[in-house]
Amino acid sequence: MPVLTIHKSGPGVTLQDLGRPGWTAQGLSRGGAADRLAVLEAAALLDQDAGFAVIEFMGLGGVFSTDQPVRMALTGALMQVSVDGVPVPPNTTHLLTPRATLTVGGAKRGVFGYLAFAGGFTTDPVMRSRATHLSAGLGRALSAGDTLPLGDDPAPDWPAQRLNVADRCSGGIIRMMPGPQTDLFDEATLAAFLATPFRRDPRGNRQGVRLDHDGAPFAAPGGLGITSDLIVPGDVQLTGDGVPFVLLAECQTIGGYPRIGTVIPADLPRVAQAAPGTALQFTLLDTAAADATAQADADVLRALRQARQPLIRDPHDIADLLGYQLVSGVTAGDDLERDEYGNQG
Amino acid sequence: MPDIHGGPGQDPSLTRDPRLDPTFCPLGIDGILVRFSRVLTPQANAAAHAFCDVIRGANVPGVTEVAPSLTSVRVGFDPAATDRPRVMGHLRGLLGDLQHAETSPRRLWRIPVAFGPMHAPQLAEAAALAGLTTQQAVAEITAQQLRVLAIGFAPGQPYLGMMPPHWDIPRLSELTPKVPRGALVTAVRQLIIFAADTPTGWRQIGQSAFSVWRPDSDTPFPLEPGDAVQCVAVSDDTLRGLRANRDSNGGATCDVLR
Repeated sequence: MPVLTIHKSGPGVTLQDLGRPGWTAQGLSRGGAADRLAVLEAAALLDQDAGFAVIEFMGLGGVFSTDQPVRMALTGALMQVSVDGVPVPPNTTHLLTPRATLTVGGAKRGVFGYLAFAGGFTTDPVMRSRATHLSAGLGRALSAGDTLPLGDDPAPDWPAQRLNVADRCSGGIIRMMPGPQTDLFDEATLAAFLATPFRRDPRGNRQGVRLDHDGAPFAAPGGLGITSDLIVPGDVQLTGDGVPFVLLAECQTIGGYPRIGTVIPADLPRVAQAAPGTALQFTLLDTAAADATAQADADVLRALRQARQPLIRDPHDIADLLGYQLVSGVTAGDDLERDEYGNQG
Repeated sequence: MPDIHGGPGQDPSLTRDPRLDPTFCPLGIDGILVRFSRVLTPQANAAAHAFCDVIRGANVPGVTEVAPSLTSVRVGFDPAATDRPRVMGHLRGLLGDLQHAETSPRRLWRIPVAFGPMHAPQLAEAAALAGLTTQQAVAEITAQQLRVLAIGFAPGQPYLGMMPPHWDIPRLSELTPKVPRGALVTAVRQLIIFAADTPTGWRQIGQSAFSVWRPDSDTPFPLEPGDAVQCVAVSDDTLRGLRANRDSNGGATCDVLR
């Protein structure tokens, strides 16, 4: 079995998959990749199942090598990838040869990058997942000197693939839906919240990201005395001093701060991938409209597989491919965004 | 000291309390929150746990996860298999069964706790705030069959309640930087057994050797919401022995009641 060696690593480098659903009653949030779509994109590129494990970078990359030929791909945040100094484009597959040096630079756009290998990692699952859950103390961040077992690449000779992905590192309009505490906020506060341009604050991690805005903090009427209640990733909570946080994969399961709404899963990767300073603004869908955006992981993966194309390195063909439009249905949630707000694509 | 949940059998307040007419809210595109009260009461907590059992027992098509908290239940569903109106319809239909639902605990845990000064640095202070001597405070704590009101904030970490009203003591205004894993702490009529070393504003009044979160075990979470928990006072020496023996389960015992 191939082994991946980590020669250098920034902080916040962890093994992730789609997480551990089903433990809310026991106080463990699902966790898993902060940008779930990026894991599915990697699975499509390398023809893996949705459940395979990948390395997640939070802003900073690392240096790696393997001892056997294995195909790899980098998805999510735009990070400069090179093998023995030769650049490898993002969202493509590449055959990593033994002892070649794979260097992943810091994120140039976005926050969370994903390094995936055909065959996936074969570490022992804990509670049916390989995802590191830092806030729960499950697993730990990876560091230089670590070695990780990989599954055999089932088809190292498979031609290189590429995937066109929609930009999700530029912030923009984020759709949220009402939640159990939306009615604690009066109409004027809700309207002001929706009219406010926010910026992603530098403070943020896998549990959630803080948002900044100009002007007065938001009032959360009755907010401090409320009984703690169940929360989910995507919830937008306002702390006692009126600062909004959007909760991500590793949030707690119960929280005491009032929540103004819940970001829909289709838009949560754009919150996770908003680098500090990126502009974000919220819009409120009604529940039925929000529900209509639901997409099963399996359906997303199927569409991404269909959209995958052979990577053609001939410069003439690449020039031609740049003009190629996304296949309809590849990212249905994103198509909807573009129709509605015209700020994507 | 009577069990505040009303002991075995049906809680009569379930059928009496108009506040127990729950509110249905969305909680994510794949979830419904059924909320029995906006404020924590033993009745609302019992209703949430009982409704959780009713829903789990009903095997509602498309429902993926049923999780109770202090006063509510989140019902997760698979939007590819069902939809919100259908699940809501099922849940409203099940509310009738809640009237007859069993609210007594399924299991009773007895967990050894050391209350010596070394392990209970803030016990005297907490007792004074509750208007008790240290000895009276320990007697009241160990006489209670508390319930796991909810598990959260850290994996496996139980919120135990409710203590009598004179235990409604506030949190500290300044955090204690580190309270050890297994610590028994108190505030606002509740006790917590900490899942990990943690900073806290709750006062440490005892120490157990019981692990509420065991990721490498077949039963990563020994406690379930709704379980009854009784603290059993032990000496510092006994606690030391329980801590030294990794297979001791902290000396805890579990009786299945129903």
